[in-house]
Amino acid sequence: MNRGTVLQSKRKLKVAIIGSGNIGTDLLIKVLRSPYLECGAFIGRNLSSSGMMKALALGVPVSAEGVDYIVKNPDCCDLVFDATSARSHLEHAPLLKKLNKRVIDLTPAKIGLMSVPSVNLADCLNEFNVNMVTCGGQASIPVAYAIGKTQKDVDYIEVVSSIASRSAGPATRQNLDEYIKTTEDGLKEFSGATRTKAILNLNPAEPCVDMQTTIFAKVANPDIPKLAEMLSGLVEKIRKYVPGYEIILGPMVENGRIVVMARVRGLGDYLPAYAGNLDIINCAAIAMAEEYASAAPNTKLKGH
Amino acid sequence: MEHNQKIRISDSTLRDGNHAVGHQLSAENIASYCKAADAAGVSIVEVGHGNGLGASSLQLGEARTPDHIALATARKNLSKSKLGIHVIPGFATIERDLKPALALGVDVVRVASHCSEADICERHISFSRSQGVEVWGCLMMSHMISPMLLLEQARKMESYGAEGVVFMDSSGHFIPADVQQRVETLVNGLSIAVGFHAHNNLGMAIANTVAAAEAGATLLDGCARGFGAGAGNAQLEVLVAVLERLGYSTGIDLYKILDAADLAEQTLMKEIPTIKSVSVVSGMAGVFSGFMKPVSRIAKEFDIDPRDVFFELGRRKIVAGQEDIILEVAKELAQRAKKGNQ
Repeated sequence: MNRGTVLQSKRKLKVAIIGSGNIGTDLLIKVLRSPYLECGAFIGRNLSSSGMMKALALGVPVSAEGVDYIVKNPDCCDLVFDATSARSHLEHAPLLKKLNKRVIDLTPAKIGLMSVPSVNLADCLNEFNVNMVTCGGQASIPVAYAIGKTQKDVDYIEVVSSIASRSAGPATRQNLDEYIKTTEDGLKEFSGATRTKAILNLNPAEPCVDMQTTIFAKVANPDIPKLAEMLSGLVEKIRKYVPGYEIILGPMVENGRIVVMARVRGLGDYLPAYAGNLDIINCAAIAMAEEYASAAPNTKLKGH
Repeated sequence: MEHNQKIRISDSTLRDGNHAVGHQLSAENIASYCKAADAAGVSIVEVGHGNGLGASSLQLGEARTPDHIALATARKNLSKSKLGIHVIPGFATIERDLKPALALGVDVVRVASHCSEADICERHISFSRSQGVEVWGCLMMSHMISPMLLLEQARKMESYGAEGVVFMDSSGHFIPADVQQRVETLVNGLSIAVGFHAHNNLGMAIANTVAAAEAGATLLDGCARGFGAGAGNAQLEVLVAVLERLGYSTGIDLYKILDAADLAEQTLMKEIPTIKSVSVVSGMAGVFSGFMKPVSRIAKEFDIDPRDVFFELGRRKIVAGQEDIILEVAKELAQRAKKGNQ
């Protein structure tokens, strides 16, 4: 990442966040901490929601008008993080396109190119709308990518994520089908596996469980040393933007399947550290936005 | 004794029983048992992978018979009995799994979540209702929350359009008083029907199911010979006989359900379910019965006591569907044992 340019220009990239739920609010805290980003608007639908209260307390301009606020005040931002729901993003995307706003989509709507910064950050630079896949996708795709690169005949990859019930807000719960579809598509695209499957479990245990993701793979002849080597390099890259990412089991072969298990401890920004699911997708989105902030301002963008 | 109460029986042999054989039931198995259950007058015959629609996976075990073949086969062999499926959001999606299943002629959709997570069922329940089929909500691992919280979750399912709610003792942890208290709370607090699904880890499956009926539940689950996950379920033919003695009407022909159970024993199972020592521990620890097979396998691989694995899983409050965590727990216990020996 070429951060030097930004520091020289001393101009931060102005962003807006739509969606004042768990994801949006956590994202806001991360934006405010970033030396390359500033928040021009925090937009939801209900001024008394806890996310809105948090934003007000932080002195951020807020609005309950939804996407209309950006339509009416186009100067509030150059880039929009959409942390609403898949259905809402389908409505927002064409409006934002018309306004010429770059979009980082945190819903599983998957209109734009899928972005997993440890794997394809550079490919996303000229995109108008990038999709951050899903929390489970951010945690598993780097592993699936490494399996695709190091193993022959990858027939099948399956990813099972467990998250704490408290970290799953209403939109997440309504979007399980889209979560599954988008994660499966991402796994297929990045690994080249013939078949993929994604499963999500919510665990209500107290104290809350950390986010965990298990990656299973069926390949012709597992080469564990080669996979382990590639993984360790990727994990180092991931930990640069998600410090709490760690491989806690494997890679190993058990019952004829390759198994790798990752745990994600969050930074504890809006929700406590157990909500690694929030953290991994938001840290990825921030890494993407910071990369845009440091890229040349007149980069030609591809439409979608 | 005479009861006016009519009881419907939902037969989970071809769904929960799949847990007991690593999800290896064949289309032939499904065809012959469906015929027998249909002839006996069972209300609902549930068919599929042990964890329901779309659940065939490395995590839970791959099914020998794909969903569409299992359902088409069952459909062909059921005339009076309704065809039911178990659907867990997070595993099964509406587009990929539910729509094709309904197109194959499913009559009853039972949408299930962990007991405290009913809101993940909203879309699957309301979609199924909109398609005109009978829809139930299922609250799994129901021993993990209080009766009042269970009611709160059941009310959500009612508000989404469920016509009844089944609460499941997925770990076989309850004793009859637990079941009675929960059924009473649900019957008083809901305007829809209440059902109960037992497991036999502590030998209480029949007693618990009878307690459910006595407290007002009107849909009861059972499996031929108890064929189901872990220690098995309420033994269907025994349940039918006990209900008959108590004067309940199930509409089931006793001889024919006994014949169906004999057929199930001969054709479906490698061994008749018994309460193995690890199943007792699973029931005590409150861990999903379906974990018995993977826990036994993994404990052997890591050379540790499966009972320790169950108690540790229980301590961590692991829910159904989290089978991958068994590996992590086993690794940790093996490391702890190694340190202890040094």
